[in-house]
Amino acid sequence: MTELYETQRAMRNMRKAAMQRGVVAVLDVGTSKIACLVLRFDGTDRLNEVEGIGPMAGQSGFRVIGAATTRSRGVKFGEIHAMQETERAIRTAIQAAQKMAKVRVDHVIACFGGAEPRSYGLDGAIELEGHVVTEQDVARVLAACDVPDYGEGREVLHAQPVNFALDHRSGLSDPRGQMGQRLTTDMHMLTVDEIAVQNLAHCVKRCDLELAGIASSPYVSGLASLVEDEQELGAACIDLGGGATGISIFLKKHMIYADSVRMGGDHVTGDISMGLQVPTATAERIKTFFGGVVATGMDDRDMIELEGETGDWEHDRRTVSRAELIGIMRPRVEEILEEVRARLDAAGFEYLPSQQIVLTGGGSQIPGLDGLASRILGQQVRLGRPMRVHGLPQAVTGPAFASAVGMCLFATHPQDEWWDFDLPVERYPVRSIRRAVRWFKDNW
Amino acid sequence: MQPIKPQPCDPAPSRLAYRYQRLMLTPLFRLTLRVFLPFLLSLAVAGIYLSDADRRDQLAMAVGDLRNSIQTRPEFMVNVMAIDGASRTIAEDIREVTPIDFPISSFDLDLELIQQTVAELPAVARATVRIKPGGILQVSVTERDPVMLWRSRQGLATVDKAGYVVRPVNSRSARADLPLIAGDGAEERVDEALALYEAAAPIADRVIGLVRVGKRRWDVVLDRDQRILLPEEDAVTALERVIALGHSQDMLARDLVAVDMRIAERPTIRIAERAMEEWWRIRQTPVEKREE
Repeated sequence: MTELYETQRAMRNMRKAAMQRGVVAVLDVGTSKIACLVLRFDGTDRLNEVEGIGPMAGQSGFRVIGAATTRSRGVKFGEIHAMQETERAIRTAIQAAQKMAKVRVDHVIACFGGAEPRSYGLDGAIELEGHVVTEQDVARVLAACDVPDYGEGREVLHAQPVNFALDHRSGLSDPRGQMGQRLTTDMHMLTVDEIAVQNLAHCVKRCDLELAGIASSPYVSGLASLVEDEQELGAACIDLGGGATGISIFLKKHMIYADSVRMGGDHVTGDISMGLQVPTATAERIKTFFGGVVATGMDDRDMIELEGETGDWEHDRRTVSRAELIGIMRPRVEEILEEVRARLDAAGFEYLPSQQIVLTGGGSQIPGLDGLASRILGQQVRLGRPMRVHGLPQAVTGPAFASAVGMCLFATHPQDEWWDFDLPVERYPVRSIRRAVRWFKDNW
Repeated sequence: MQPIKPQPCDPAPSRLAYRYQRLMLTPLFRLTLRVFLPFLLSLAVAGIYLSDADRRDQLAMAVGDLRNSIQTRPEFMVNVMAIDGASRTIAEDIREVTPIDFPISSFDLDLELIQQTVAELPAVARATVRIKPGGILQVSVTERDPVMLWRSRQGLATVDKAGYVVRPVNSRSARADLPLIAGDGAEERVDEALALYEAAAPIADRVIGLVRVGKRRWDVVLDRDQRILLPEEDAVTALERVIALGHSQDMLARDLVAVDMRIAERPTIRIAERAMEEWWRIRQTPVEKREE
């Protein structure tokens, strides 16, 4: 428990230091690409003077000054698979982004999609000492949450209080200063594989960078692509990535569930490659140019040339119809979406007041996917693109960069997490020292 | 297992290249490289070169030669000194106090010093010194205008309007045209003396000079040992009164020694001793009653 506080707090302090210096990089380690954005913080005060412009959901405080994308290597299912390869890919992305930003970055906030995230709902309750809820009481109630046994080799990535209840009043976002007797809280905790986190930290460290924070990719893409009322009323963000499909459910502006399906666009490419007997690169190209999930009569006549380099004329000059391609792609996409459906059902998504589903990620660009998704997932499906932030180049505004953009928002306006609150006094190991310090302060 | 060595087509930068780029993006390092390093390098080169005494001398000599060759160019040479606004004697004086060997480079001329030296000459009121194109040292002088002759214990001298001594004079007859003043502090009140002389114009042929008495008032000395003692204030008015009396009653023509105007309400005259005796004698002679 305490070491979790310590590591997360160390990262939080590093993030603060980075914001003080004004430059921080965000790194999205995905299966198909690694994106790096360099953010410069120039203070939020500048826009406050202008009348009629609100805080703009926290986007006004920073500006993207460098952006780079590189093909990811050594990552599978959103987890680092070959360290050296991944390290080189990260280095490529960081170097290009630094070059564009013309500034050296030392702190990086990273996110990854895989590593089997698991959600836990925690609750805790205390009797208040006084009648008014103080910050210390909030810390105590958070400490009173009974942590489930999440198993060996797991690490807590997010632990966010999502709800406070005071006596019989529930749904409080900030109970401080309110009167009551009994304070209860609900907390959402997300654990991931420890190995994946350690590998990522090692890769970042090998690039001479300091890791100033880790986020879960489904969470940050939900931050970027869900609009405010969707986050408030309840929505699920499906991030169709290359190797893993992330699911995050938001309610009352808090993430209440996150999961990931270990299937994604790379599997579709693999199916095409196997089905059409073409190399993976060709299959990827055919998928992005001609892919789809709904076949029409026109697609039967739409012939795609499969170019090859084998030297066998017959083999290199084959053609397939687009309908055949769709016939290969559709079952795999359906499988992914059904798996997502199962996870959503397991999470109890149908009990939410609003059941909006937002598809984002590179996979959401398949033509006709929204029709297929609405048949499998429910009626309220839309395609989401990440929101626009200052200085973002046009090339990285697509849905594939939802998690990179979400990381920017996460970096500037992180949610209060468990470790942001002080440890309760009775658990403090160096209490006597603190008392001594206080004695000195009072008497000198 | 992938090959341990990276593939040749790897787009990733090597660790070295990556670190080099990050180093070059460090602001302090860039500043060092751009500013401090060249500065230190040039400092070191100069220091090593100049550490040898022979090289230093050589360098100094070369610089001196170059300097000399530029300074002695004909454009910078001064050949003549031209003096404007000074009479011949003063011009000679000026040439005497500023001993310059022409031709000389204008860099070696200290114009300020020359100007001070010339201005310190008693006969010179103001002096400007400049170098005119064509190698001429132009000294423009405003002479002091002698308006008075001042007799002091040191001898005769002419003074200008402000009381500055212009030049000593051997004898009164050398400057017979100038009025004469004498006495302690007379030279400080030349303007008053001038006003008195102007007032004394009707009797100018009789005035020998003015004497400052006790640094506070004037005496007009006339021939035949006559004196007009003037008050400290309104001396001119008093003198005019005396002259008016002289006109109307022929007072000055009589046998007086002094006319004392020091107290304006009570002008006094002092009669000469012989006239006094004569007067007494006339008073004492009994008037014989003519018996008819």
